[in-house]
Amino acid sequence: AMEGGLSARIREGDCAVLKRDEVFKAVSVLRRRKIIFEKQWFYLDNAIGHIYGTTFEVTSGGNLQPKQEVEETTTETKEAGTDNRNIVDDGKSQKLTHDDIKALKDKGIKGQEIVQQLIENSTTFRDKTEFAQDKYIKKKKKKYEAVITIVKPSTRILSTMYYAREPGKINHLRYDTLAQMLTLGNIHAGNKMIVMETCAGLVLGAVMERMGGYGSIIQMYPGGGPVRAATSCFGFPKPFFDNLHEFPLSKVQSLLSGTFTTETLPADPEENALVEEESNGLTEEKQTSLQETEEEPTTEAAMEINPTEEQDTIDINAEDVEFKENKEKENKENVREKQIKQWERRKKLLEAAALLREKNADGLIIASKFHPTPLLLSLLEFVAPSRPFVVYCQYKEPLLECYTKLRERGGVINLKLSETWLRNYQVLPDRSHPKLTMSGGGGYLLSGITVILDKGKSDSSNSEALKVEEPSSKRCRLQDLPC
Amino acid sequence: MSFVEYGDTIKDGDTAIVFLGHESMFPVKVQHGTVTQTKYGVIRHSTDLIGKKYGSKVTCSKGGWVFILHPTPELWTMNLPHRTQILYSTDISIITMMLELKPGSIVCESGTGSGSLSHALIRTVAPTGHLYTVEFHQQRAEKAREEFREHGVEHLVTVTNQDVCKNGFGVSNIADAVFLDIPSPWEAIGHAKSALKAEGGRICSFSPCIEQVQRTCLAMEEYGFTEINTLEILLRVYNVRTISLQIPDLGKAAEDNSSTGFDSSNPSLPGSPCANLQQGTVQFKSGVPLREVVGHTGYLTFATKS
Repeated sequence: AMEGGLSARIREGDCAVLKRDEVFKAVSVLRRRKIIFEKQWFYLDNAIGHIYGTTFEVTSGGNLQPKQEVEETTTETKEAGTDNRNIVDDGKSQKLTHDDIKALKDKGIKGQEIVQQLIENSTTFRDKTEFAQDKYIKKKKKKYEAVITIVKPSTRILSTMYYAREPGKINHLRYDTLAQMLTLGNIHAGNKMIVMETCAGLVLGAVMERMGGYGSIIQMYPGGGPVRAATSCFGFPKPFFDNLHEFPLSKVQSLLSGTFTTETLPADPEENALVEEESNGLTEEKQTSLQETEEEPTTEAAMEINPTEEQDTIDINAEDVEFKENKEKENKENVREKQIKQWERRKKLLEAAALLREKNADGLIIASKFHPTPLLLSLLEFVAPSRPFVVYCQYKEPLLECYTKLRERGGVINLKLSETWLRNYQVLPDRSHPKLTMSGGGGYLLSGITVILDKGKSDSSNSEALKVEEPSSKRCRLQDLPC
Repeated sequence: MSFVEYGDTIKDGDTAIVFLGHESMFPVKVQHGTVTQTKYGVIRHSTDLIGKKYGSKVTCSKGGWVFILHPTPELWTMNLPHRTQILYSTDISIITMMLELKPGSIVCESGTGSGSLSHALIRTVAPTGHLYTVEFHQQRAEKAREEFREHGVEHLVTVTNQDVCKNGFGVSNIADAVFLDIPSPWEAIGHAKSALKAEGGRICSFSPCIEQVQRTCLAMEEYGFTEINTLEILLRVYNVRTISLQIPDLGKAAEDNSSTGFDSSNPSLPGSPCANLQQGTVQFKSGVPLREVVGHTGYLTFATKS
C-alpha cells in the first residue's frame, strides 16, 4: 500500500479529472487558479496532497474541503404515502420562495441543510411514496450539495468525458466502441503500432495507456501535425513519449514508392499549422469545431488544457508590447532555435520513416474523419502478416465499400463489420430497469487479420477456403427475389 | 511465440491457429513429427509449419489451403476448449477498459473457468503486472495452469484452487482490480474489498440474472464501494451484401419516362428505360444483420473502492 500511495496523491502540475455525478472535466492542478465546473467556481490548492478519489465540498470563497462522511439523519420514523391519488400539483407545495433559498445560500449555509429545509417546507413530502421521497431528496442533493470528486485520468474516464461533452471532436466514437478497438487490435506492451486518428489524440492516448511505455507507436497525421489535446489529459510520464513517432500522411505515397526524402518538407508553414490546430482543439469556451458539418449543440467550457502546451501557443502567437520590443534581439535566437527544431523534426521523421519501411508493424488502428478505404489500403502495406487491424467509422456505408475493396486486394482474412450497443441500468431495490435513454450511435468497426499476400495467384485459382468465407450462396438467394 | 509477445516464425511447441475460412478455425499445438487433419487434407508440422512465417498460406495434402495465424487472446477465445460457459471479446473489452487495466496492473479473478478472460487479462497487464485467479474446481484449475504454461505466460499468473466466497483470493491489499464471474458474487464482495489496494481500485461482477445483480449491488454498497454502475453490451455483426431490389411496374413507363424517380444514367438501368424498368433492378450494398444474434450474455456491474 505504501509504494503506490505516493503516486495516488494529487500533486501540483498533475493532470486530473473533476467529477460531479456523471459529469467530468479534465484540468491541470495548479495553485491559485480559478476553476469553473458545473456552475461552481473554486481553487484546487487545498486538494493537493489528498488521495485521488477524494470527494470535496466547495466552501464559500471557493475552497475545497474533504467531505466528511455523514451518517444519514434518517433515524426518525419515516412517514410516507402509498400512492399519489391525493397529491395535487398547485405549485404551492414548497413554502420557501426563491428569495428565501437564495438568502440561505448567501448566508453560506451548507447544501445539506438547505435540502433539509426544503423537505421540511414541502407540504406534500410526507404524502409522497417512500420511493418518491427518495427521488426528491436525490434531486435536491444534486442541486444544492456542492461536492466534487477528483479522480485520476484514464481511458475509461476520458473517453466517457469526451463522448458526453465533445462527441464531435472524436467522431462520435463511443467509449465501448473504443474498448472494442483496443481488444480487437490486441494492443499490449511491446507492440509496434500504427495509429491514424483524428479523435483529438484520445485513441492515441488509449493505445499508449495499454502499451505502458513498452514498444513503439507511429502516429500518422493529416495536415501540419498530430492533434494531441486529449493525449495530454492522460498525464503520461515523459518516457512514454520516447517511442512515440509521427509521420505525415501526405508522405505515405512517396514512402511506399521509394521516392521519400526529407528535403521536400516545408517546415515553417507546417509548424504554424500545427499550433493553430492545437489551440483550436484546446481553447476553452469558444469551441466551434470547424470540421463538424452537422449541427452540434454548442457545449460550454470543456477540456482544460495542458499548461505547457498552452504556454507554447501563447509564446508564438502573442503580440504584446514586450514581445515587439525584444523582437530584434530574439529574432536571431529564434532563427537558431528554429533551425534546431527543424533539424530535430527531420531526425524524428527519418526515424519514423525507417520504422515504417520495415513493414513489420504489429497492428493498425484507424479512427478518423476521412474516408477509411484509401487509408486502409495504403497503411496496411506497413503491417506484418498475421496481425490485427481495426478501422472505425462513424457511418456504416464507407465501411461497406472498404470491406469490398479489401476483399479485392486480398491479404486479409476474418473481416468483420460490427457495432456495439450499450445499455445502462438503474439497480435499486424494487426499482430496477434499463435507464430511460441510451446512446443512439457509437460508430462502426471493420476489423480483420493480415496474411501474406500471394502475388502469383489470381482470385479465380483460389480453392475452397475463400469460397467458404464468401457467403455466396446466401447472396444469390437475396438477389434472386421471386418475380 | 507467446500470448503476450508476437513472433515472426512458427516454432516447435507453439500454439497456432489454423484458419480454414469464414469463422472456421481451430488451435493446434505445433510439434515435430505430428500431423493435423483438416477437411482440405493433412498438415505435416515438421515440413508445413515449423520455420514458416505466421500468416502464411499452407497447402494441405488434398490441394486445399489454410492460413496459419499467430495466437492472440481473441483468437483463443473463439477456439478454446470449453470447460465452462465463457466470456467473449465484446464483454472482455468493456471489462478491461472499465477496470482500467494496463501494463503493471495487479488483477484478481474468480472463477478461472475456461480461461477465456484470463488470457485477455494477462495480455493486458504484461510484462510487469500479475493475475491472481481463483477456481474452486480442481480439474479446471489444473487445466488452466497447463494452458498458461503452454502459452508462455505462466510467470504472469497464479492459479489458486479454493472457494473465493469462503477463502477469498489468497492475497490482500495488492490488487488494482477484481473481477467476479461466480453464481453468488455478493458473497465475495468482502474478500474483493480486502484484495484491493488500501488506496482503492476497481471491481466488476458479471451475472446473467438481474436478481444476482441486485444482491451484488446491495453488498457493494454495504462494503462502501462507490460509482456503482450496471451495464450491458451487445454485439451486432453485419454481413456485407450486394442487394438487388426489383422496380415495380406501375404501368407508368409508357406514359412518362421521367417519372420513375430513378436516374436513367444509373448503370443498373441500362438502355431504354421503358423496356428495362419492367424487369429493372436497383443494386446497392448493405450491411445485413445476422438472422440470429446474442441478445444477452450478462449484466456487468462496476464499482470503485476509494
